[in-house]
Amino acid sequence: MKITINGKKTALKSPQTLAAIVRQTCKEPQYVVAEVNGKIVKSNGWAKTVIRENDAIELVSFVGGG
Amino acid sequence: MISKKSDSLIIAGKKFQSRFLLGTGKFRNKSDVKSCINSSGTQIVTVALRRVDVERHEENILKYIPKNVTLLINTSGARNAKEAVRIAHLAKESGCGNWIKIEVINDSKYLLPDNFETIKAAEQLVKDGFIVLPYVSPDLNVARELVKVGSSTVMPLGSLIGSRQGIRTKELIQILIDEIDVPIIVDAGIGAPSQAAEAMEMGADAVLINTAVATALDPVAAAKSFALAITAGRLAHLSGMAQRAASAQASSPLTGFLYEQS
Repeated sequence: MKITINGKKTALKSPQTLAAIVRQTCKEPQYVVAEVNGKIVKSNGWAKTVIRENDAIELVSFVGGG
Repeated sequence: MISKKSDSLIIAGKKFQSRFLLGTGKFRNKSDVKSCINSSGTQIVTVALRRVDVERHEENILKYIPKNVTLLINTSGARNAKEAVRIAHLAKESGCGNWIKIEVINDSKYLLPDNFETIKAAEQLVKDGFIVLPYVSPDLNVARELVKVGSSTVMPLGSLIGSRQGIRTKELIQILIDEIDVPIIVDAGIGAPSQAAEAMEMGADAVLINTAVATALDPVAAAKSFALAITAGRLAHLSGMAQRAASAQASSPLTGFLYEQS
């Protein structure tokens, strides 16, 4: 199934939870904020959020900035 | 003598002893951010929010910011009010507080802030419970509108961002200092401690510095030099020094000369 992570199309072999995707994608998940299809998903809800075909995930974190 | 303790910067009811806000972009070594915070005594630090770089796995900036420092989250990257509001909500979800520097830029040549969209974002974010510090081109009517919608400060640019040209909008910023009741924080374009001191002498409440510190060969020394200049400029402002005069005014008495005959 195809999903989008941070604007990039990705293929998943099987359905996964948001928690699993964050773990695989981010080195420091404790600093990450996640959005699925434009809606923020709180970190305590990642484990029960199953990602479906065509979902768009945004994973953001803090960087240096003025 | 004016005591430093009694001269606090108050933003949204929170007291700060330092009038130096530090931006954390462009540092070659992230560990320098922490050293700069320590050497300058800054109590408010800006950070930005970006997509996680899946390939580079960059280290998180928050590791280098002590917990007692107030985080000011910049909405940089937002091109309109809607995007700024979205970034602010994402930032709040991270648990890093609700202090937002609204920065809306839709002009890639001069990187000038979009004042109109900034007002719209400020109005919405105040309603949503955020403490907002909007970054704008200095304009009295815009500043009044920002205060009306509940902004905690107004942050006018001194000159083009990253340009180090100093306070090129001096007269317009002076009007804001004279007329606006919330703190005026001069942001962008300050490239040298003398320019920061100039802003403070004018009566600005604080300044935000990033590029000049981050790109110095020794950022820690640069941060310290700005901190000293900001303190000096503030003290000069509070001392009530006389304004410049068009004609000469002798420093020594013009009486009692040795050759005088009565």
